Amino acid sequence: MNYVTQRLLTFPLILLGVSVLVFFSIRLIPGDAITAMLGTEAGLLTPAQRASLANYFGIDQPVWTQYARWLGGLFHGDLGISVTYGKPVLGVILERFPLTLELALLSVIIALAVGIPAGVYAATHNERASDLGVRLFAMLGQSTPSFVFGLLIIYVMSVYFGVIPALGTFTPIWVDPLANLSQLIFPAITLGFAFAASVTRISRSAMLDVLSDDYVRTARSKGVKARRVIWHHALPNALIPVVTLSGVEFGYLLGGAVIVEQIYALPGIGRLVLDAITQRDYALVEGAVLFIAFNFLIVNLLVDLCYVALDPRIRLGGR
Amino acid sequence: MHWTHPKTLLAGLAVVTLLGTASFALPSQAATLRMAWSQDATGLDPHKQTAFSSLRLLEMIYEPLVWLDKDLNVAPAIAKNWEFSPDGLTLTFKLDPAAKFSTGAQVTSDDVKASFNRILDEATAAAARSNFLSIKSIDTPDPETVVFNLSQPDAPILVAMASVNAAIVPAAEITAGSIGTKAIGSGPFKLDEWDPNSKDVLTANPSWAGGKPGVDGVTISVLPDETAILASLRAGQTDFALLNDPLVATLVPNEPSLQLNRVPGLAYNALQLNPSRKPMDNLMVRQAISCAVNRQEVIDTAQVGEGQVTGPLTMPAYASDPSTLFCYKQDVDKAKDLMKQAGMADGFSATVIAATGEPPYASAEAQVLQSQLAAIGIRLDIKLMELNVYVDAWLKGDFDMAVALNGGRPDPYPMYNRYFTKDGNLLKVSNFTDDELDSDLQQGRAETDVAKRKVIFQKFEAHLAEMSPWIWLSTSYSYTAQQKTVKGFEPSATGDMHSIGKVTVGS
Repeated sequence: MNYVTQRLLTFPLILLGVSVLVFFSIRLIPGDAITAMLGTEAGLLTPAQRASLANYFGIDQPVWTQYARWLGGLFHGDLGISVTYGKPVLGVILERFPLTLELALLSVIIALAVGIPAGVYAATHNERASDLGVRLFAMLGQSTPSFVFGLLIIYVMSVYFGVIPALGTFTPIWVDPLANLSQLIFPAITLGFAFAASVTRISRSAMLDVLSDDYVRTARSKGVKARRVIWHHALPNALIPVVTLSGVEFGYLLGGAVIVEQIYALPGIGRLVLDAITQRDYALVEGAVLFIAFNFLIVNLLVDLCYVALDPRIRLGGR
Repeated sequence: MHWTHPKTLLAGLAVVTLLGTASFALPSQAATLRMAWSQDATGLDPHKQTAFSSLRLLEMIYEPLVWLDKDLNVAPAIAKNWEFSPDGLTLTFKLDPAAKFSTGAQVTSDDVKASFNRILDEATAAAARSNFLSIKSIDTPDPETVVFNLSQPDAPILVAMASVNAAIVPAAEITAGSIGTKAIGSGPFKLDEWDPNSKDVLTANPSWAGGKPGVDGVTISVLPDETAILASLRAGQTDFALLNDPLVATLVPNEPSLQLNRVPGLAYNALQLNPSRKPMDNLMVRQAISCAVNRQEVIDTAQVGEGQVTGPLTMPAYASDPSTLFCYKQDVDKAKDLMKQAGMADGFSATVIAATGEPPYASAEAQVLQSQLAAIGIRLDIKLMELNVYVDAWLKGDFDMAVALNGGRPDPYPMYNRYFTKDGNLLKVSNFTDDELDSDLQQGRAETDVAKRKVIFQKFEAHLAEMSPWIWLSTSYSYTAQQKTVKGFEPSATGDMHSIGKVTVGS
């Protein structure tokens, strides 16, 4: 647990770095909340009108003062108020988070459910036609951009089947599980497809490695059935790189899948940040990015702990 | 942890995946209009919002004193009738006694006065304030009468009032400071839920003076990708949609169950030149550019034919026939000649800015212009920018040339006063004034006789096209797409949504 405490102690420092970076870089982009709201009509404002709006948006102070004020709020658990939503930033983020979390989980589940068996299958059929087939599928999955695959799904479903994933809405799973699934399944497949391809490749090569290990040969020579050797002895040991990959991918997905959320019009974290940047909703951008960074750190920590569970020989924290 | 049954686990995951693929979209609900658009409102304060997307939402909730009908004539809304005094210095409105806010409270002259005072107050930061500067004072002799006292005759003020930017809001809400957080208007619908960039939910306003709205409610989905909107219309998930992209709009009629409504808009596409920079300060160079451009070709190529060649004035009541304007027929020889006279026979290089996706064809438009101007030796470097960055550069006048889609007005004075008069607020953007333009605009503002105004503004338009500070290219269409079962929508050149109160959804 000492290791966990050590890691947790580095979190505030990393988050502080992230906050400085986001706070100042977003202000470097030309345009502000006023031009974002009024567009070219902002030119019709008198200086007094502009000053009144700048005060409303909290951008009338020098940047350092703004940062100090924001940081002060942060220590009281206050991420500020989103000017677009007129609500506390944390509340807005937490409203969007269930969708992102569920979508990330669902895509990882799909990717693992498809990728691991495919990888194992390819490894056990090394260099045969079926192996080449799986590798081709993996190559295709990795090289197809999600906007192509996502639009293709929408196109095929709407033109040939007359149905499309319910766009633009999100029903939490506890309200209506069926509606929830109908909204998220296609986006999850879109995300899961590309990820399944990576999982396939990684688990294939890890499996190939493990299958040539001594203990596998020993197990075989003792007369253990081939299927049991693969699924029971070899696979658990081949899973470590898959866990690493899944952890990184999951952490990444918790930051929102901007393109897929945009195509399927899902109100998730990715679109929230994108819209906040276009509307120059500074507090929301800062809060959301900080939240995403925090999630990423937590997921990384959990992945490290997962290694220990998978392989008792691994000790965290050195020595 | 040791994984004893990874196979069972994987099988379970596979079942979950399969189950998921078997479920589809929910069936539709009756008597609710399901709308979709790609951009959501950016706020709820009708006096502050200027974004197209915000206005469209607020037009369903709020009403001004008057609206423009589909032919752009001033028509009653909260006001039953109105009258200018013979000297043009007072404008009197009689309010409709049936007009009520969604709270059930009567709309009174006090609400009108409070609303206009709010717009005129600089602290409100209402961009439309500049249209109402001639208001000296407002009298309310009785609850149903409002008298605007003007400092000078101002014919366009009535048209400026026909916008949700001049919406009448409850005086009590202004005092409470809740405009923009609670949306209380006298329009056909009231706002129940606003989840920005995701979903808006409206229900019929039982107190609406126009009677019972044709539907019980409206739900609006924000689908950022317009091809997804089209897919949603095809699948019958959406009844009614606003579209911006001509490429998507032209696909709508292919679908037998769908109908496309197409109205030439007031907004115009232009290549803005910056006459404060060399060599665009030279009239002959600007005119050469005007002559070198083939406007129809820009429309055909960049806008897939979806647009009309226009001069500076886009409102049918005042617009001239574009073929009568300076060099509206492409004449490359004349253009080359003008360049030679200007001492620019070898051409020059310039940067043109354009906003990505605003309008959707902006970058294509810039490319067509680039190739057309190359014929007279002008080498254009296209700089595509995110909209906000573009707006920032545009407002500072920080460009050689800009591809722009500028908003139009139903009246020429408010449309161009901002750019081409000596005290225009956007003079920094146009960098161009001239005495003739100035005096034409002032005359047109004071004149109330429509026939005389038309003569004044046609002279203004011809002169502006000849001076070529900008190269006016085309108007584009504003599009709505709907299921054929949707009836009663009246598309308008301003894009305004107030006729949504009369819309019904069949089955």
